[in-house]
Amino acid sequence: MGRERLALYSLVGPESERAVERGLANAVWFKADVPRKRMKELMQRSDSPAIRDTAIWLGGMLVLGAAAVWVWTTVSPWLAAPAFLLYGLLYGSAGDSRWHEAGHGTAFKTRWMDTTVYEIASFMMMREPTVWRWTHTRHHTDTLIVGRDPEIAVMRPARLARILLNFFGLVDVPTSFRLMFLHAVGRLTPDEADVVPEQEQPRVYRKARIWLLIYAATLAAAVLSGSIVPFLLIGGPRVYATFMHLVYALTQHAGMGEDVLDHRLNTRTVRMCWFNRFLYWNMNYHVEHHMYPLVPYHRLPELHEEIQHELAAVYPSIWAAYKELVPAILRQLKDQKYYVRRELPPGATPFNEPALAG
Amino acid sequence: MPTWVPACSVDDVDAEDVIPFEHDGVDYAVFRSPDDRYFATAGHCTHELTLLCDGLVMGPIVECPKHNGRFDYRDGSAQGAPVLVGLKTYPTRVEEGTVFIDITA
Repeated sequence: MGRERLALYSLVGPESERAVERGLANAVWFKADVPRKRMKELMQRSDSPAIRDTAIWLGGMLVLGAAAVWVWTTVSPWLAAPAFLLYGLLYGSAGDSRWHEAGHGTAFKTRWMDTTVYEIASFMMMREPTVWRWTHTRHHTDTLIVGRDPEIAVMRPARLARILLNFFGLVDVPTSFRLMFLHAVGRLTPDEADVVPEQEQPRVYRKARIWLLIYAATLAAAVLSGSIVPFLLIGGPRVYATFMHLVYALTQHAGMGEDVLDHRLNTRTVRMCWFNRFLYWNMNYHVEHHMYPLVPYHRLPELHEEIQHELAAVYPSIWAAYKELVPAILRQLKDQKYYVRRELPPGATPFNEPALAG
Repeated sequence: MPTWVPACSVDDVDAEDVIPFEHDGVDYAVFRSPDDRYFATAGHCTHELTLLCDGLVMGPIVECPKHNGRFDYRDGSAQGAPVLVGLKTYPTRVEEGTVFIDITA
């Protein structure tokens, strides 16, 4: 089953060709109607919200990291655990949403600020910035289209052990290091070569070498100091405090309809408290983000108000989303045709899908 | 020999914005810059053929609504991933309140 499943979801397998033949690749997707004037307002960029949030994010890491190291070295390593956990959440969990928003280029108005945050967050999340820029581009073109979307986190059937291990980065981190070494010697995987244009590939190799140097320096610092603290600060949070990014990410599409060409039917918008929305940078408005990726994270609540009459009911909490997605994933282990069917509200514009072949 | 076709009235497009224009089944994008100059390009992003008229115009840059790919609409140049190929551009001229574009360019 394992190999068959991977072949099904491979970007270079027969399902990819089938998706193209059926008109599912680079297709027309449903969009809620928003007047151009209002959409222009919602798309407007601003530096100030992201500067404020980035100052809290990086400043918080600086303060918490320094406090954690001080407590570790002068009081007790165990008492440093809470500070390291909070530091790690900012690094290994909030890093995901910063990577995402800055990667879209919508977080800031000023381009170099987006680029800088994207590079920092990519390093923190151990995601090669060029490769992931292209794979995420494909995810937006072909969201949950089997054989086309490289970011389907929960396949049918799900790779449960892999998902659970990744709450502690135990698959992602070794995979990232394997890819770093592969890239450092000037090679890409077949899936990566499929999405990254040739002229962009040298960037991948260069950055892998730089990252490996940083990790080598961290290892040297740990050996010389006889302490694991350098790894608790650099790289380690991707293991010990990455779980929240997965808690959020699984709400996005897990258990939902594949090959449907309507984000209302394959994506969730979930209400979250201010703390989670800070860590996740409002990506809980995920239907809205997929429908209108140019709208910055700080305007997504307004976009939600604008189009909610067209959307399926919002999930009132993370708990509510998990009450649906966990049973759906478990059911899909036995029944791969099952998926969560969303009811659109009365009066919502139905999406008249183009006739799909096959 | 240029083929000038009327695309829109000068007031049809706001400053720092874009509108679509279709002629003989071909899509074009007509831009009005913040300093009230008019430009025209191919209507679709070179990356995945999304219509640029739904995108965001910021100064001389238009951003594709699908993947945020950026072009300088004055010369069509691509401004970085995910767009690597520039846009075709067309000369424009304004006569008596109408914007014309030369579709032979």
